[in-house]
Amino acid sequence: MKKRGKMPKKKKSKKIKGLTIQFIPYIEIERLSSGERVKKILNVILGNKMIILQGKLWPEEETRLIEDTMAMVGHVKNFKGIELATINPNSDALGFFGKFKHGLARALGAQESITIIGPASIVREMKRDPKKIEVMMR
Amino acid sequence: MKILRNFTKRMFNLFFRRRKEISLGFYGPPNGGKTTLANRICKDWTGEEIGKVSKIPHETRNVQFKEEVEIKYKEKNLKFKLIDTPGIATKIDYEDFMKYKMKKKAAQKRAKEATKGIIEAIQWLDDMDAVVIVVDSTKNPYSQVNITIVGNLIAKKIPVLVVANKIDLKKSDIKRVEAAFPEYDVVGISAKYGKNMEEFYESVFKLAKMA
Repeated sequence: MKKRGKMPKKKKSKKIKGLTIQFIPYIEIERLSSGERVKKILNVILGNKMIILQGKLWPEEETRLIEDTMAMVGHVKNFKGIELATINPNSDALGFFGKFKHGLARALGAQESITIIGPASIVREMKRDPKKIEVMMR
Repeated sequence: MKILRNFTKRMFNLFFRRRKEISLGFYGPPNGGKTTLANRICKDWTGEEIGKVSKIPHETRNVQFKEEVEIKYKEKNLKFKLIDTPGIATKIDYEDFMKYKMKKKAAQKRAKEATKGIIEAIQWLDDMDAVVIVVDSTKNPYSQVNITIVGNLIAKKIPVLVVANKIDLKKSDIKRVEAAFPEYDVVGISAKYGKNMEEFYESVFKLAKMA
């Protein structure tokens, strides 16, 4: 009988083995209040999933999302925050921030934008420019 | 001539003396140079600094302000309340602070304070008469934090001036910042070395007129 050598211990890999991306259509958030929208997003994020949201949050909702996120960092285990990026259609026509000033961000209708949100424990960084979003994973 | 002079004086009073002082906030992502700029202004006009600066992000973790800062520009005087706010971010990881040789406990404490500081900065938005958004001109200006801040200021009808800081660095790209904020006055400065501060003060006075 051959003597079996000791099997080398497998190193624990910190790399993500799989990633769930949840799509939230605009119709799902359309009738929700700002608080409910933020709550819905954070519930998905806390499940370690990424979100592709059809549409975007209003600026006041984004600050609410940041506030609620910050309130949870340090209180929810392994939660470090979020990464998010929104891309708007034809954003180069008026300039990225120009739209806000012209009030077109609202007039265009929120559902024409795409928002990507991910937990910071999975997403290291989101790089964006007016035409693309790069998602860098941990 | 006298009527015209009186009219001008009345308009001047209406615009500039209706408030005791203008609340001018400094907002932006962490490490953009908000405190360095606020310190520069305070040193220029009061001889004192407003807060500590550091290479480690989130050095400013509380809203700090300096009242009755009187700035003079071309024979005009304006009184400001300068409000320096913590950098706004969407994530805080204490391990990031440990990369700067900080011990775990100190890093965790810093992270906790930083999260509170971000919430405080957002809550102060309502109290501003005008805001200077300070961005690092060596970095991508299209960050979501910048979009969120600008979007909120527009919704609250608060006038904005964009400062492209760190123009002394080789990687600085003011044109990129201007392209990202085409509707706003963008001033390139080096708060650290006091470069182009004259143009900055000129823009602050323009901003104050809108406040």
